[in-house]
Amino acid sequence: MTTTPPRRVRVTSARRGPTRPAATSLARDLDEQTGLGDVYLEGLMRAQFRLAAIVLGLAVASIGGLPVLLIAIPSVRHLTLLGIPFPWLVLGVLVYPVTWLLAGWYTRQAERVESDFRAALDHR
Amino acid sequence: MSAPLSLVAVGVVCLLTLILGGLGLRLSRATSDFYVAGRSVSPRMNASAIGGEYLSAASFLGVAGLIYDFGVDQLWLPVGYTLGYLVLLVMVAAPMRRSGAFTLPDFAEARLQSSRVRWIASVLVVAIGWLYLIPQFQGASLVLQHVAGVPGWVGGTVVAIVVALAVGAGGMRSITFVQAIQYWIKLSALAIPACILLALWWRSGHPAPVSPDPSWHLALTPREPGDHPTYRVYSTMVALCLGTMGLPHVLVRYYTNPDGVGARRTTVNVLALLGLFYVIPPIYGVLGRVELPTLPAGFRTDTIVLRLPGLVVGGLGGDLLTAILAGGAFAALLSTASGVAMSVTGVLDQSLVRPWLARATGGDAGMPFGFRIAAAAAVVVPYAVSRLADPIGLATMVGLAFAVAASTFAPLLILGVWWRSLSRRGAATGLVVGACAATLSVGASIVWGPFEGWLGAILSTPAAWTVPLAVLVTVVVSLATPRSVPAGTTRLLVRLHTPEGVDVRRSRPAD
Repeated sequence: MTTTPPRRVRVTSARRGPTRPAATSLARDLDEQTGLGDVYLEGLMRAQFRLAAIVLGLAVASIGGLPVLLIAIPSVRHLTLLGIPFPWLVLGVLVYPVTWLLAGWYTRQAERVESDFRAALDHR
Repeated sequence: MSAPLSLVAVGVVCLLTLILGGLGLRLSRATSDFYVAGRSVSPRMNASAIGGEYLSAASFLGVAGLIYDFGVDQLWLPVGYTLGYLVLLVMVAAPMRRSGAFTLPDFAEARLQSSRVRWIASVLVVAIGWLYLIPQFQGASLVLQHVAGVPGWVGGTVVAIVVALAVGAGGMRSITFVQAIQYWIKLSALAIPACILLALWWRSGHPAPVSPDPSWHLALTPREPGDHPTYRVYSTMVALCLGTMGLPHVLVRYYTNPDGVGARRTTVNVLALLGLFYVIPPIYGVLGRVELPTLPAGFRTDTIVLRLPGLVVGGLGGDLLTAILAGGAFAALLSTASGVAMSVTGVLDQSLVRPWLARATGGDAGMPFGFRIAAAAAVVVPYAVSRLADPIGLATMVGLAFAVAASTFAPLLILGVWWRSLSRRGAATGLVVGACAATLSVGASIVWGPFEGWLGAILSTPAAWTVPLAVLVTVVVSLATPRSVPAGTTRLLVRLHTPEGVDVRRSRPAD
């Protein structure tokens, strides 16, 4: 109770530049659901959905196409690579790194769509 | 006999789960509210935690058993379990995190502003969770029965008790760390014996696997005249790819990401971890056919993973490897079962027990009491079913859970995130139709089946038609009832899709 309080220290931020405006007008458009904000939302959703559709399309065409390939060309079932039958190799090993790379590519693209969107809002 | 060593391994895993659960609870209380702590979890740590929770007994034991049994066409299962996360990533990962919803019913209510849809979603979460828990208990019985020769009921009971205690203490969800460690325990427990077995197999002149059935080696070859392997593969893939996002314990973890971008990066890491894990079970399936070309009578293929070390190595080395595998299998069971039980408990508590207790006691009962009743119910019901029902095969039961999840939550989530015209009625009807179609179809083939030919294929693996049916019903009913499209749809879509850093404070409440 009787201890002297520690010396007061002033804490300040090094950054003194102008702070960000509370909400850029386009962001407010988005937030207030004006017609213009709607157009921007629609554009963002369409861009993201297109990207998702590309990834899913690639997956369906490659992995989903494997049974079609096996049925269309039955000799592929007997094909061996490095001593491992082709379907075993694809389904047991190869599919995993490919999926991972595809997911990484998607994530980078989706983040780019979002930074483009932010840039579009800032530079009207 | 490998009993003592294996029992020690299983005991250590159980104790570790309980101790870390209790400890983690205390730690998270001492530092800060665990929800806030949860949001600072890095994508890597979070990915390990998701992997730890996701890889269940079906992955650890069931996949190898099915590959041993049926061969190449079963390789689609781990592929589907993994691709489910790719679909989740591109369709719902970031929007789900941004929605601020903590569980599937939360999301349903936030998106559709309807307590009825929330109620249906709650029932479905509980149903899917219970379906998912049954094989975990059966897997536990299987492991202990095999490694220690104890009666069948012991293993399931042990897991049920440990899970009920861990969840009832309220510790499991807070501790991402425990689940993250579980992933690495499972991976090492499966990978180390696999490497040793592979090395021994190579040294003994790498003999080829032998199977009397040509469909074991050759992809998409019918096992018998009325078999439709191609349909089964596609239908299973639909169920697994779309079902992952609808499992009750999966989306819960997304809330611990710091933001939508973090949610995506976490998922990429999850895909790497799952791929790392899933290359291993086929090794056991194939080596099983090398050592044991035909099935001895009274032999469950689910135990092939546990059986191999004894067959190949024998002696103390074999016992040690079996013990490692048994411990790993228990880690798989416990982490998945506690994750699912936790989600089921949360929903039961929120929408059933708490309102009921409030009415019964006039609001006097404390929060932990109701939560513990819910935890007990979440575990006891599937435990009872697992004792009463004949074991159907670990991966089959999990497949049913996936089929129901794919036919209900996948359409709700995907349409909810991407389609403005989703109406309350459309969503509710779609959920009910999808759930009934998938459950009745699989139920019929379990109770009255197995049927032959197309009927058997369509009923036992229904996702290929139940998912399109659910989507169609949802879309048609939504279009027919434009007046029941919730008024706040655009506001919620702004919240789901607007990237972090854009100031939309009215649409995005602070979380």
